[in-house]
Order: sequence, then C-alpha cells, then structure tokens
Amino acid sequence: MTMRSEAGAVQFTLDGEAVAALGGETILQAARRLGREIPHLCYKDGLRPDGNCRACVVEIAGERVLAPSCCRKPSDGMVVDSTGERPRRAQKMVLELLQSDMAETAYTRDSELDAWSARLGLGRPRFPAREQPPGDVSHPAIAVNLDACIQCTRCLRACREVQVNNVIGFARRGAEAEIVFDLGDPLGESTCVACGECVQACPTGALMPAGGLGLEAPERRVDSVCPYCGVGCQLSYHVGGDRILYVTGRDGPANSGRLCVKGRYGFDYVHHAQRLTVPLIRRPDAPKQALLGLDPADPFRGFREASWEEALDLAAAGLREIRDHQGPSALAGFGSAKGSNEEAYLFQKLVRTGFGTNNVDHCTRLCHASSVAALLEMIGSGAVSNPVRDAAEAEVILVIGSHTTANHPVAATFLKNAVAAGKTLIVMDPRRNPIADHATHFLQFKPDTDVALLNALMHAVIEQGLVDEDFVARRTSGFEALKAHLRGFTPERMAPICGIDADTIRAVARIYASSRASICFWGMGISQHVHGTDNSRALISLVLMTGQIGRPGTGLHPLRGQNNVQGASDVGLIPMFFPDYQRVDNSEVRSRFEALWDTKLDPNPGLTVVEIMHAVTDGQIRGMYIMGENPAMSDPNLNHARAALASLEHLVVQEIFMTETAWYADVILPASAFPEKTGSFTNTDRRVQIGRQALQPPGQARQDLEIIQEIARRLGLDWDYPHPSAVFAEMRQAMPSIAGISWDRLEQAGSVTYPCLSEDDPGQPIIFIDSFPTPSGRATFVPAPFTNAAELPDSEYPWVLITGRLLEHWHTGAMTRRASVLDRIEPEPVAMLNPRDLERIGARAGEPIRLRSRRGEVTAFAGADDGLQPGQVFLPFCYHEAAANLLTNEALDPTAKIPEFKFCAIQVAAAEGVSP
Amino acid sequence: MSNTLSRKRGRRVQPKGRSVDPQALADIRELLGPAPRRRDLLIEHLHRIQDSRGHISAAHLVALAQEMGLSSVEVYEVATFYHHFEVVKEGSATPPRLTVRVCDSISCAMAGAEALIDGLVSALGDGVRVQRVPCVGRCERAPIAVIGQNPVAGATVAAVQGLVGTGATAPDLPACKGYDAYRAEGGYELLRQVDSGEIAVDGRPVDAAEHVIRVLEDSSLRGLGGAGFPAGRKWRILRDQPAPRLLAVNIDEGEPGTFKDRWFLERDPHRFLEGMLIAARIVGVEEVYIYLRDEYAGIRAMLARELAALRADPPCPLPPIHLRRGAGAYICGEESAMIESLEGKRGMPRLRPPYVAQVGLFGRPTLEHNMETLYWVRDLVERGPEWFASQGRNGRKGLRAFSVSGRVRNPGVHLTPAGITLRELIDEYCGGMAEGHELYGYFPGGASGGILPASLADLPLDFDTLQPHGCFIGSAAIIVFSRQDSARALALNAMRFFAHESCGQCTPCRVGTAKAAELMSRSDWDQGLLDELAEVMVDASICGLGQAAPNPLRCVMRYFPQELGHDDAQ
Repeated sequence: MTMRSEAGAVQFTLDGEAVAALGGETILQAARRLGREIPHLCYKDGLRPDGNCRACVVEIAGERVLAPSCCRKPSDGMVVDSTGERPRRAQKMVLELLQSDMAETAYTRDSELDAWSARLGLGRPRFPAREQPPGDVSHPAIAVNLDACIQCTRCLRACREVQVNNVIGFARRGAEAEIVFDLGDPLGESTCVACGECVQACPTGALMPAGGLGLEAPERRVDSVCPYCGVGCQLSYHVGGDRILYVTGRDGPANSGRLCVKGRYGFDYVHHAQRLTVPLIRRPDAPKQALLGLDPADPFRGFREASWEEALDLAAAGLREIRDHQGPSALAGFGSAKGSNEEAYLFQKLVRTGFGTNNVDHCTRLCHASSVAALLEMIGSGAVSNPVRDAAEAEVILVIGSHTTANHPVAATFLKNAVAAGKTLIVMDPRRNPIADHATHFLQFKPDTDVALLNALMHAVIEQGLVDEDFVARRTSGFEALKAHLRGFTPERMAPICGIDADTIRAVARIYASSRASICFWGMGISQHVHGTDNSRALISLVLMTGQIGRPGTGLHPLRGQNNVQGASDVGLIPMFFPDYQRVDNSEVRSRFEALWDTKLDPNPGLTVVEIMHAVTDGQIRGMYIMGENPAMSDPNLNHARAALASLEHLVVQEIFMTETAWYADVILPASAFPEKTGSFTNTDRRVQIGRQALQPPGQARQDLEIIQEIARRLGLDWDYPHPSAVFAEMRQAMPSIAGISWDRLEQAGSVTYPCLSEDDPGQPIIFIDSFPTPSGRATFVPAPFTNAAELPDSEYPWVLITGRLLEHWHTGAMTRRASVLDRIEPEPVAMLNPRDLERIGARAGEPIRLRSRRGEVTAFAGADDGLQPGQVFLPFCYHEAAANLLTNEALDPTAKIPEFKFCAIQVAAAEGVSP
Repeated sequence: MSNTLSRKRGRRVQPKGRSVDPQALADIRELLGPAPRRRDLLIEHLHRIQDSRGHISAAHLVALAQEMGLSSVEVYEVATFYHHFEVVKEGSATPPRLTVRVCDSISCAMAGAEALIDGLVSALGDGVRVQRVPCVGRCERAPIAVIGQNPVAGATVAAVQGLVGTGATAPDLPACKGYDAYRAEGGYELLRQVDSGEIAVDGRPVDAAEHVIRVLEDSSLRGLGGAGFPAGRKWRILRDQPAPRLLAVNIDEGEPGTFKDRWFLERDPHRFLEGMLIAARIVGVEEVYIYLRDEYAGIRAMLARELAALRADPPCPLPPIHLRRGAGAYICGEESAMIESLEGKRGMPRLRPPYVAQVGLFGRPTLEHNMETLYWVRDLVERGPEWFASQGRNGRKGLRAFSVSGRVRNPGVHLTPAGITLRELIDEYCGGMAEGHELYGYFPGGASGGILPASLADLPLDFDTLQPHGCFIGSAAIIVFSRQDSARALALNAMRFFAHESCGQCTPCRVGTAKAAELMSRSDWDQGLLDELAEVMVDASICGLGQAAPNPLRCVMRYFPQELGHDDAQ
C-alpha cells in the first residue's frame, strides 16, 4: 500500500510495509484497520487498553524488549515487526502458558484464546497445569469458571471502568492472583448487579451466562432494542429454534454495548408457561368480584377458550353497544408505554375515532405527567433538552429524586463515568441510593420538602448574585414575580424544613449556578407527589435562572421510565393532546386532525388514568379497552381501582399474561411480546429506534397492531395498515417533529433523534439553543408554593411509605417476575427500613412485618437499609403478594393528575408467623 | 452481627453485598482518628488495623472501605496484595498474635534457614506462627528471624525461643548520627546555600542548581537502585517538566542480598535527607515522599524521630515530607510499582511510556531516586566530582557500596572502588572466603543479577560490565557461594522468590515464574523449554522483575551445566 499523508497520520513501517496510523491509533488498531490482525487477549474495543496479557507484543527497532501493540502508539519512522520470529515466539509462548492452565471443560464456543492458538498453529501446551480453582454457581445469571480465567482483567475493567459497579477486583499476587468479587465472596452473595458487562467482556468463558446457555449455537441474531426502561439500549437477540438463547449489548448511541440485568437476562418471560396463547372469554359462572382472586397456580380459571372471531366479535360488540347506547364518553382506553409508537398511535386513534372520546391515557400519568405538565407550561415542550450522555460534556451533574442505578441503570453508568472523569455530581434524595456513593455532594433531604429545598437553592442563587441576568432577560419572562415569591425562602428558614443546612444549600447553589455547564436529571421522586408539578416548576426555574440550558452539557432531563413512554406520549396516547402535543381543545388543531383522520373529533380533553377509575366507580364509564397496562397493580389505592375494574360492564384486555387486570376482563386477547413484533420506540433522549421481531408469537397469539385493527374494523373503521411502516408513514404526516424520519432511514440508521424536521435534518439532540417552542419564544417562570403531601404521618399512621422499583423488577412485575433469572435474584417482597427502626418495632431482617394504611394492608419481609431515614419505609410495587399500591393514596396533583406514590402514612408492625 | 452477606436462606434482607457493621465502623473511626481519608493513605490505614489487631477482619475491611469512600473490593484487593496484611474472613481462625518470620532467601538458605524453620516450628508450638518470608535485608548476619518487628541476626532456635519468651517484639532503633550531631559538623550547610540559590565555589557565588547538577554529571553518579540512570540527567529532565513536580525516594530495598540502604541509614540518615532536600529544591518539587520497606521497622521509627527533629528546627523552609511504609512486596522496589503503592494501590508496575519523570506519582512529573543516590549528593558537591570519579578501578569510575553476603569471612557493606573484581573484593575487603569454603560462584547483583562461576571472578564489577556474561550488577548485592552449595538449588531459590513476588499482572512473569520454578524443581530440567520460556520472559514481561527473573536460570544452564547432568559440557 502507498504512503498516505493525511493530517495527524503517523507514517511507520509494519512488517516491512510503509503504513500510516490515523490520529491516536495504537499499533494494534492501525494493524487491524489494515487487515493485519495481531494476536491479543486483554485488549477489547471499548475498554481501556491494559497491556497485561502480552499476546500482542511486537518488536520495535531500537528497543531492548518487545512492546505491547495494544498500548503503544507508533511514531513517525518507527519500524515495527509483528510477525517476525522473535515477536511470534513471544506471542505463541504467551498463548501456550495460558493454554497450559486452561480448564479441560470448554465453557464458551467463542474462546479468543483458542482462536488465536489455532491461528498461530499452537500445539498441545508443554507446561504442567496449575491447580484449578473451584467453580462458583451461586449467581442465578452468571456462572463463574475461574479455571478458564487468564487474569486479563477485561471483566474488572468492564465492571469498574465501564459500568462503574466496583464489584470485581484483582486480588493477591503472582500465580495466586485471582479475579474476586467484593471480599472474595461468592458472586451470588456479592454486590454484583448482574449487568453482565463482565460476561460480555470475558474472552475465555470464565464468566458466562448461567446454565451453560453460552454453549448452545444460535441460529440467528436479531438486532433490536431493550423492552424495559427509557434508556433505550440497543441489543441483539441470539435465537435458536423458537427460543431466545441469550442477549448481548449492541453499540447503540444510548448504551455503547452496555446493558443491565433486565436487558441482558430478563428475556425468558416470553417463553413462560403462563403466556396467553388463545383468546379467552369469561365464563358465565364466574362473575367478577372486587377482591382479587387470581390464583397463580390456576390463572385461567373462570375463563374459557374461544376462537379469535368469537372473541373479537364479543370484544367489539360490547364496546360498540356502550358507545351507541351510553355515548362515547362511557368508554375509555388505556394504551401502553411498553408498546411501539405505531401501536400507541393506532390505539389512541382508535379511541378517538372509533370510540369517539378523548378518554385515552397510559402510565405516563403515573410517572412523569407532572414533569411534562410543568415543562409544557414553562418551556413549551415536554421532552428532554439534552441526551443522558451529555453528562460527559457537563461540569456539574445534578440528580434529584432518581434511583438511577436501579431504574435507569445504563444511564447511571454514564453519570458514574462522568464522575470518574472528574465531574461534580450532586445527588438530592430523601433515600440514599447507590448513585449517592458517587456524589461529591449528597443532600438527603426530608421527604415531601422538594419545593422548600429547591426554592431555597434559588434564593441562594439570587442572593449570591449568580443569576444569569442576560439569559433571564433575553429568554424568559416572569422572573420578577418569581424573585418576589422566593424572598421568604431563605436557606436559614428552609433548613429546618428540608433538613439541609443553609451552608450546604448555598454551596450547592453556587456550584450548580456558576459552573460552565450544569445538567439536571430527575425521576419519580420529583414527579409522584400531589405537588409534583410544583416540584418540577421549581426545578425548571432553577435551570432557567442560571441559564443552564440550550448548550452542550446543560439542560433538563426527566429520566423517562418506560421504554416507550416518550413515544407513547408523543403520538398522543394522552387525553388532552393529539400527536405532537397538539391540544384537542384547539379548534384549528382539531380540524387538521379531523381532516387527516377523516372524522369528527371530540373537542373536550378526556379523563386521566385515576380520573377514569373514579368515573368507572361513579358509573360514568362503563366499558374499557386496556392494552398492555396493569392498573390492577399500578394504580394507587388498589382496592378502589380493582373494585372499579370489577364493576365495568365490559372490559377488553389485550395482554401477554393473565395479569391482575386481565383477571377482571370479559374478553382477553392474547397479544405479542416485545421480541415478537417490529416497531419504533422513542427513548428518553428522543431517539427513535427500531425494535425488530425475533420470534413468532406463541400459539394463536397475534400481533398487537393486527388486534387493534380487528377491533377498529368491528367498530366501523376501514383500516388497513399491513405493516408498522404504514402506520409510521401516517404518523409523519401528523407529527412535524418526526417528519424527517422515514421508515427506511430508521431501518438503516437504527436510531434517529427528533426533532427531525426534514429528511436531510440529522436530528437535534440538543434543543432550546436559541428559543423555546412557546408563542413568544420565551420560557415563563412559574413560582411554586411549598405545600405538604396529601396525607401526613400522625400518631395513628406514623410512618412514611415510599414506593418504587427494584433493579430486577419492571413496574408491576408482569414480565420480570416471569423472567426466571430476575425472579430468582429478587423472589420475595421485602420492605426496607432503617436498621434502627427494625429494632424499634422488634423485628429482625428477614422476618415478616405488616404494613397498613387507611386504604389497605400487606405483609412483607423486613429488610435493613441504612439508606432510609428513620421513619421511612420503602416497598417496591412489583409484588402481587404484597402489592404496595394497596396502601398508596390516590390523591392527585391538581395540574397533572399524577397520584402521590412517593408519600403516604402507614403503620408498621412485626407480623410473626404470617407470610406474605 | 450485621456484617453478613445480603441473603438469609435465599431471601434478601438488605441491599446487595455486605453491610457495614456499626461496631467495626466505630473501631475504624477511632483507629484513624483525624487522619485524612484520602485514597493514597489506604495502605497506611491498613497498617493501623493490622498493627492494632494482628490481622484485618472482613468487617473492618468493609468499614474502612465505607469510611474512605471506596468499594470493598478496592480495599480487599490492595490488602491481599501485600504480605504483611493478614485478611481474615468470617469463619476463619484469626492468626496467633505473634508471628516469627524467617527469611528463606539465598543467603539465609545457605546459612541454614530450613533447619531453623523446622526447629522453630517444633520449638515454638501453636501459640506462635512461624512464617517463611523473602529477604529481610540483613543478609550479612544470616540466618535472620524476625520476632514481630524485631530482627534477630544469626538466629538460632534457642535465641529466638528466648526472645519470644521475653516478648522482645519491638525493633532496636539504630544508633545513628542524630540531627544535632549532623548539623554540628556542618550538616545542612549545603542545603542552606542551595536554598539561597547561590553557592560559593572557589570563593565565587555561582548558580546553585546548575552547579550541583554539573557536579552530578561530572562525577558520573548513576542511580544506585539498580537501573543506573545518570542522576544529573534525571534532574535536568525533571526540571523541564511542568510543575507541580514530586520527589519519591525508594527505600524499598528488597533485592535478596541487598542491605546497603539500611546500612547507610543506620549510620548517617541526615546525609541522605540533606541530599533529598537539595534534590527537592533544585528540581523544584512540591512534596517529598519516602517509601520505606516495612521490614525496616527500626529505621522507620528512627527516621520519624529525625524528621521530627529536622522539622522542629529546619535549616531552611522544608517541603512537606511524607514517610510511607511498604507492606511486604518486593515488586514495590520497581519505580512505577512504588508509585502505585504510594497512591494506595496494588503495587503493579506501570507500562512505559509514559515515564515516571513525565507521569509519575498522582500523575505528576516525579523525580524518583534510590536512597543511596541522594546520600552521595552532599559528599560529591563538597569534595568535588573529581574525588568521586577518581575512585574507580579497572577503568571504572566512582565508589560502590557492595552488600556482600554468603561464604566470605567478613560479610557486610564494603565501600570500594567501582570496577573492583569479585576476587579483589573478597580478598581485600572480606577477609577471604569463609573457613572451609572454596569459591564456586556468585550472584553479582542479588537474585536478579544472574550467577557467575568462579572462573569469572576477575571481571570488573560495575554497571555495563556484566551484560555480555548474562548478568548485571544492579544494586551491587554480592552473594558468594562455595563448592558446598549448589548453583542449581540457589537458582531455584531465586526463581521461587520471583514467583512469590511477581505482582501477577503480566502472563510471562505471573505464569512464567511459576512454571519455571516447577520445571526447575524436577530432577531433569527441560532445558529447551526453559530456554524458550526464559527468552520470552525477558522479551515480553512488563517490568524488570519478569525480565530479570530468568537470569539465574540461564546462568546455571550456561555456567553450571555439570549440575544438570551434562558431564560432557564441562
């Protein structure tokens, strides 16, 4: 090849040929790009090169010893020999030394050591073998086979430097040097969160998926995205026959190959025995009852199998009859943030055009409705301003009300990376969770006092002269009113209320306001309060007054929960908006949609999730179509919600399992799980990504898009969308934000960020650079008063209950409790209390305790977590055995109608002899 | 006790992993007191636990991790790297309060360490643990046993048993020249001048820095830790590096057979400290770190005392001086491993480039010197470079402090002209061979410098003179052995030492030393395979340990083939 003289290129000689290395390339990378592979084991793309295995050593003219090509960068004129006798002898000897200590058993089909040994023609190793360490099968997800370990530390770097979980270490030394977990503990008893990054990094099968799954040969690989949270990790399903064998992370823009335990190991729910595979119709001798009687051992009791025709006819007829006799507003639909954009779009279109009502909502109401309400009100857009990975561009990262490592695990890794790179992380949360371990400042404020803390921070910003006056003047309105409002919120006055001292408040205000770039992330800790909208308003005001928005490394990022909660909201699966947040009560907007959809539309905003349940109770809503949502677990005050569901005249549930909600149905339509369908999904960063079908739905189960259309046709709509791309094409017409994204482009790019206004628009990861999408182009400050939760602890109910999720379990557990690995890691409901509180109630960790609120009662096992403040109890809401939402309060935020999942008053007592 | 794992009978009852035991956390807080919780102090803090309890429990490790803001595994992997930390997990027995460490490295092995160990094990019983350890740096009076921190020279079972009985576990402090005495005879005068920026040469003031560096260059002073890098050039390189810069002094004297640093310090520590401070001033460093091997407990106490005296009455403003303690790891004598250890990490050598002079301690340009190199600075400047350079023999320049041990009549540190031959050294300085011993061979540079036969006893001993013979002088540790010894057995001792001390990072060294030791312990050496292995260890190991580890092995094959059963090769 000829010499190239590109800028930044280095000219050197490799194996006798003049070659060029591009900027920053190591010898190994340059060689590989040129098609000359140098053996290597401890080197892996994406990991810091460590140079420890020495399989990649090369001879550099003039140097005394060989050099590791994975770490050395060529310099001009360097003469490198990678294949000569001397480097080859060393490369082969390294492989031979490692081979001599290899296990007899093969644990992987893809041993890089074996592959290189074969390529270099290595024979049987001539050295005596080491004494082999025992295996470790203590972890449900990961098998540890240290007899195949070559101490290359790829797992360690994956654990410590990529995912920053700090579980894996390299202990002892010499021939005793070993890969360890925590204090040399069994993996299953360690702090391992089973992200599997180490498994993905291991070159020899020393760390493998448990159960020998890695030895099965997949027939095909299907590139898709993760079905769980809003981070939007790209992954590959490795499929053999009709089963997913294992999952690997793909180099997507949101994850760079990383996954968490759910994405990597939580896939076999699709093969679970309780999958719905035939349409079911309620038996006449099984009348509905309010008290949930779902028997996991016999889940289908009370239903009979039916043909699709019968089930669809019955489902549609019930809806049609209510619509025609009681009016459109007697119907409502719950779509799902787990489905694709296309499904969500068609579902809301069905409700709006087929039912004739705007009574359509989904679980966004339960997570970020208040964030979105405040964002729309103040800056005119409900989406994030900057992607998660912009944390790398920030100087200061503020995380508030987010258990990031559990709920957005892969996003958390990028925040932790930023901290490792020297950024300042400020974490504010009433409950100490693992992201706080990485924080430079952790503010464990009192629950329910977000507004007090945030207003005090803003007061401190003003008081210290740190307001971005120019930004405020050019880009906002209403600052004077806010300033007046904040006057009373001095740090000194707020300190006893929020529990954070005034000096800390001032210091944190200064750090956040005065940095070159500060970015802000928040989660449900902000939003799930009756003052959730005020919490968000205060946070947004803080961002605006400091001008920390509109640039790389700044901005607002409400971490979206579900894999497609952003998309489902975007496409109008909410009662007050048509697609792209266009108000249903705006006549100009409405007439546009009436033209597009060729039908009259209801001018009144519909009811929200909890309002719908109340309307059911009140007898105003008589029929519902629920697709992929589980309000019988996810709604607050479940006794009320379940009674409402039981009282419906007609309930159609489209599901993949017999969920608690399906148990109340009249007709159950067996649908497709995530890997069984193709569609687009929008992540928390506004990246539209494609999920591809890897499996056929089981039995008679059908694609959700098909089922929606079947119902639509039976309601008199003449629909024919043969493929998701046809739905997407219509969405583009309805939604300027994605007008530039064609299905083909999506297929090819795999990910396109909106706004993407035209086909040559690359997509806009950072928005609000010059203006806000409001009529004036300005953002508006909205002062937030400090108010309390709807139900405060008192002498009768003295404890505060906080609900939320676990790393391993998704939402109501419908999928993850049926994912064998995930359920084995977290099989039982555990309520966490401060260890001192446990002593106080006379219970020990592991023993049952009873939690009771004014609305219900559950029994769970007690756990000790000193991350909780005295008086707080945390209970995840994924366990039907101890459904946390039996206790929660259905009080709503007045603006966003989001219930107060993060705060209610309960009693706690030891419950000897009782099991959950 | 809450320092249990997170599951009980399959149920998670706390967040994943171990929780912090409140009592253990209270213990740690009390032990650490107001000491900073910085990462680089991890090893110091581990010492506090080890010293106070005789071991480090899992509960204390977890509590220490929490207190220092580290993960448990980061603490565990450091604690288990260093042999002086005894990590005891739940369910394991705690070690006896007292450990007697017996050196089984080359010189002590020749002096009967094996018999001593056997004798002590049966004589001391269960209440005292007898542990084999590598060289403790007192080879001139082998065999050595260390009771707690108290080294016993020329140890016998009876002597050790007696001292154990009296509880003599603390080291004696060396009777060195103290601060006042050193100053009284003009000590630190040079430092004061250097600090003023000007120095009087022949009555005329000259630029101190330039003058001192030129003296170092003219005297050809080279690094005396083993690598032999010209000291003056090193100072110039460092002065050109961006500030802030640091100085790190290597007193991790661990090469078997080497004890010269200890010898100098036991006599005249301030001569070293003055050299150190001159270097710090001229190179312009912010802070000084002294890394002292843990085996030199008496010297540590003495240095702490002398540094306190110096700080109390400084001859000029002093930079912060940190005296840090090793923890039983030969590899930390490697310059970059020492820096890792100073940062509170496992002592694993770094890949170079970048060099320590550019990216060293805490990522800063770092001047790293062996103690002895700095010890000579004052004498060189005061006596002039010619004085030093004129000292050589056989065409070599300078003085050399040889640590001589083994089968000679007068082992010890002998200050001789550089370039002296072994035969001259034995005859002129060591009083000849020990009674009844005939020279058979010698290690010219500790365990790693290779082995030479008696037939090569007339080579000048200095940097660069032994390479053609497959050896190097290194730290000038001469171990002399006789016809009563087996070169092959000594080479195996050396290889086992390297296997024991390998940091475990790179394959050629971690696996290579272990495999070589195993092959060398067989009655028939597979010389072809050993030769192949040795070449790759030299060529492909990250640091000098793995690169030099095959030297004794190769020398046995080259110079002592008769021991391998090849009579025709003699």
